[in-house]
Amino acid sequence: MAEFLQQFVNGLAVGGIYALIALGYTMVYGVLKLINFAHGDLFTIGAYLGLTLLTSFGLADRVGPGVAVLLLVVMVMGFVAVIGIILERVAYRPLRNSPRLSAVVSALGASIFFQNAVMLIYGARFRVYPQNLLPKISLNLLGIYIPLVKILVLVVCVIMMVGLYLFIQRTTIGTAIRAAAIDQEAARLVGINVDGVITLVFIIGPALGGLAGLMVGILYGQIKFTMGWIYGLKAFTAAILGGIGNIPGAMLGGLILGVVEALGSAYISIAWKDAIAFCVLILILVVKPTGLLGERVAEKV
Amino acid sequence: MLLQVVDLKVSYGNIEALHGINLEIKKGEIVTILGANGAGKSTTLMTISGLLKPTHGAIYFDKIPLHKMPAHEIVKLGISQVPEGRRIFGTLTVKENLTLGAFTCKDRTKLRKNEEWIYELFPILAERRDQLAGTLSGGEQQMLAIARSLMSDPSILLLDEPSLGLAPLLVKSIFQALKEINRQGVTILLVEQNARAALRLAHRGYVMELGRIVIADTAENLLANPEVRQAYLGG
Ligand SMILES: Nc1ncnc2c1ncn2[C@@H]1O[C@H](COP(=O)(O)OP(=O)(O)OP(=O)(O)O)[C@@H](O)[C@H]1O
Ligand SMILES: [Mg+2]
Repeated sequence: MAEFLQQFVNGLAVGGIYALIALGYTMVYGVLKLINFAHGDLFTIGAYLGLTLLTSFGLADRVGPGVAVLLLVVMVMGFVAVIGIILERVAYRPLRNSPRLSAVVSALGASIFFQNAVMLIYGARFRVYPQNLLPKISLNLLGIYIPLVKILVLVVCVIMMVGLYLFIQRTTIGTAIRAAAIDQEAARLVGINVDGVITLVFIIGPALGGLAGLMVGILYGQIKFTMGWIYGLKAFTAAILGGIGNIPGAMLGGLILGVVEALGSAYISIAWKDAIAFCVLILILVVKPTGLLGERVAEKV
Repeated sequence: MLLQVVDLKVSYGNIEALHGINLEIKKGEIVTILGANGAGKSTTLMTISGLLKPTHGAIYFDKIPLHKMPAHEIVKLGISQVPEGRRIFGTLTVKENLTLGAFTCKDRTKLRKNEEWIYELFPILAERRDQLAGTLSGGEQQMLAIARSLMSDPSILLLDEPSLGLAPLLVKSIFQALKEINRQGVTILLVEQNARAALRLAHRGYVMELGRIVIADTAENLLANPEVRQAYLGG
């Protein structure tokens, strides 16, 4: 039982990270019907930016670990959001009225550009996060020991998801984002600035993706310029799992994927970890092609 | 003149759909545009609302040029459209649809008053407030579409075939609502295939054919016009 709980919590932490990345895919898909292939690389940039802030500026030594982590979160999210805005302006907006395939090619190009930029700046080898950032203690919860850092990651993920959920569901701007995802023209006819909504989505998605990168750095201590590929793929899987375009779906999909992966590698085989994730995807898509929460109501005409 | 369309030309790609049309609507009027499928009625409304941009000509609202303005700014000026096919947000609730209708309106007391008026006009919407809009019946969806566009407190309402696909009784109640809306001071530009009902409601009308205005007259004269009777009123 303890082993199970341990793996379950591990799964939740990783799943939370998948979920944060998945939100970026799903929100962009919602309003633009475009898979932002560069999203995984924004995640990578978040991880490397965190590294730079920690090592070059010695953030942790100057202000102490607690404030340092908070500052890191804010700065990484802000900076990656700016890159997100630029990405949309440069790579996607000029192609808004072009055939869908042009935007897809542009997305792939942006991904390659970001990945190579990170490699040229930071090098192709693994980089390590400072190990002394957070105190290496574990908390005893329900009879299992969970490292503080894992709890922190989980808490941050939950705060972000709940915050985003409330923003999207309860505020007028959030409702406008959902409306723009349903019907852009109708949204413009009620006075919503759809370009503004798209910019907002390219702030929120990349900010959360960058944050996820930072948390992977803090959690595992190792980062590499290609890390965005596999995390991006998993998060994309999570978004499809939950129903692409659906925001709560991306959260749910991420958490499920993380937990299934963790339990699968503990009880079946760690070598099959990735395969298990994709088996889950295939299984769910066979049973429910729209994903878990996709398209709850068909529109009557 | 509240709304003035001057020599408007609009194209889809290389194909010109409007070949220079002129319209004038005075404050407080109900004006209808009649025309067969493909005449260019929806194109006209979409261009007034700013979703399409003209290649030539101009649109003025209270002397303010609209033809270069983005759609969301046009709504802010007080021009609201009920688009063809309703286009309500099906996976949002009725209440959320109405909230978005008032997206440009920041005055809270005005908003509340508007909401009250709308629930008075369409009581069924009050009952269905928390239901997803996509689960409403066709008639209720049309009411919601009209209600949503009224939430922005418009001075002119553009309606694109609000009677489409509705049973005669429902059409009657929609047209009654339009009359009431107009009585409250909202100017109306109504595109309709149901020419008889539209002409009975309207003060004036335009007949459109293949991207041109071919007749402009009072509703009374149009109802009596043999050509119009032949083509749009079934003889
Ligand atoms: N998105 C589009 N792309 C290309 N051509 C279009 C488009 N929309 C309309 N058209 C063309 O423009 C012309 C006018 O169409 P419009 O929709 O304005 O007509 P309408 O009078 O509203 O017709 P209906 O009564 O069927 O709604 C038609 O010839 C139509 O084929
Ligand atoms: Mg039409």
